[in-house]
Amino acid sequence: MDAFGRRCAAPEDADMTPDQDGPSGPPEDLSAFGQKLANARKQEESRRLWRKDTNRPPQSALGLAFRVAVELVSAVAVGLAIGWGIDAWLDTKPWAMVVFIVLGGAAGVMNVYRMAAGMSGGIGYTRENQTPEATSADTAREEGKDGG
Amino acid sequence: MAEGHSPLAQFEIKKLVDINIAGVDASFTNSSLFMVLTVATVTLFLVGGMRRSALVPGRWQSMVELSYGFIANMIRDTVGSEGRPYFPFIFTIFMFVLVGNMWGMMPYSFTFTSHIAVTFAMAFFIFIGVTLIAIAKHKLHFLSFFMPPGVPIIMAPLLVPIEIISYLSRPISLSVRLFANMLAGHTLLKVFAGFIISLGIAAGWLPFVFVVALTGLEFVIAFLQAFVFTILTCLYLNDALHLH
Repeated sequence: MDAFGRRCAAPEDADMTPDQDGPSGPPEDLSAFGQKLANARKQEESRRLWRKDTNRPPQSALGLAFRVAVELVSAVAVGLAIGWGIDAWLDTKPWAMVVFIVLGGAAGVMNVYRMAAGMSGGIGYTRENQTPEATSADTAREEGKDGG
Repeated sequence: MAEGHSPLAQFEIKKLVDINIAGVDASFTNSSLFMVLTVATVTLFLVGGMRRSALVPGRWQSMVELSYGFIANMIRDTVGSEGRPYFPFIFTIFMFVLVGNMWGMMPYSFTFTSHIAVTFAMAFFIFIGVTLIAIAKHKLHFLSFFMPPGVPIIMAPLLVPIEIISYLSRPISLSVRLFANMLAGHTLLKVFAGFIISLGIAAGWLPFVFVVALTGLEFVIAFLQAFVFTILTCLYLNDALHLH
């Protein structure tokens, strides 16, 4: 299983077969087969990368609206809980809660913005077009754009 | 409508075996029963499918390999090769949620993913685990998580709390999404099914058509929500491993 991208080298595959088949297998055929296999794998790889753009789950308008609502409300709820906790701890009744509900609302809007911008949601989510193997230059460019 | 046929009756927790450990109610409920059934089904599916592990897979084995490949590809696409050690965990989550949702589609069954207690417990442990991975991997650099790159330092007092709240809201949005989708879908099914009876022969066929269509939709949602839950776990893991 090479699902993680561990590609077995094609020549190794080719070397395996003569041991089983004996000397009858002509090596030209095997290297041609190895070449074909490598090509097919490359094709599959590019097809997979192409699919990557559409890797997100299909979202209906309702599903998207629901996600937005959940992101907004959950951030406000967390803000509320933090504010309430600080109030109970420092005995500063309503003030921390007031501040943190507003901050929670801001965090919720930011979650939604990140989701809509294709960064798919909460804090620091990976950018859609940034592969984990992206070069540091790419990352720097992305981050520069982010700051603007 | 008679009692016990309320659209929400299907979500009631019923104790099957009373267990009390030191004053803590640890009873075996219908929810536990369906979790056990889910684990048993997944185990049977995977172990049974790979029993012979033929080079050319049969139907059953292909299904097992397909589900393996599906998650392995998802991890590779979202996390990269560093995500490989976490494959068993993510695969377990996916299979557990998916099969749990599918068990819930059986008439008279119980959908444990429609309970916030279950989904939040899962999301909470994912959240804790991912945070610990991030701290173990990046030590104090982990705190840069809460300061988006390229932001002037004056903005920090405002932005850092916002980012922290945003980070803490993750387990909530993760769990609420799964639980609310399952709860709403199953309630809707039950409500429309109730209409069939109350409208009778005359107009009952109309909600019946809806129920048939909704059942199909529910199967899609059951799969989709398991997928979304898993891919979000992958994204969180990716953040933990790569930070910004």
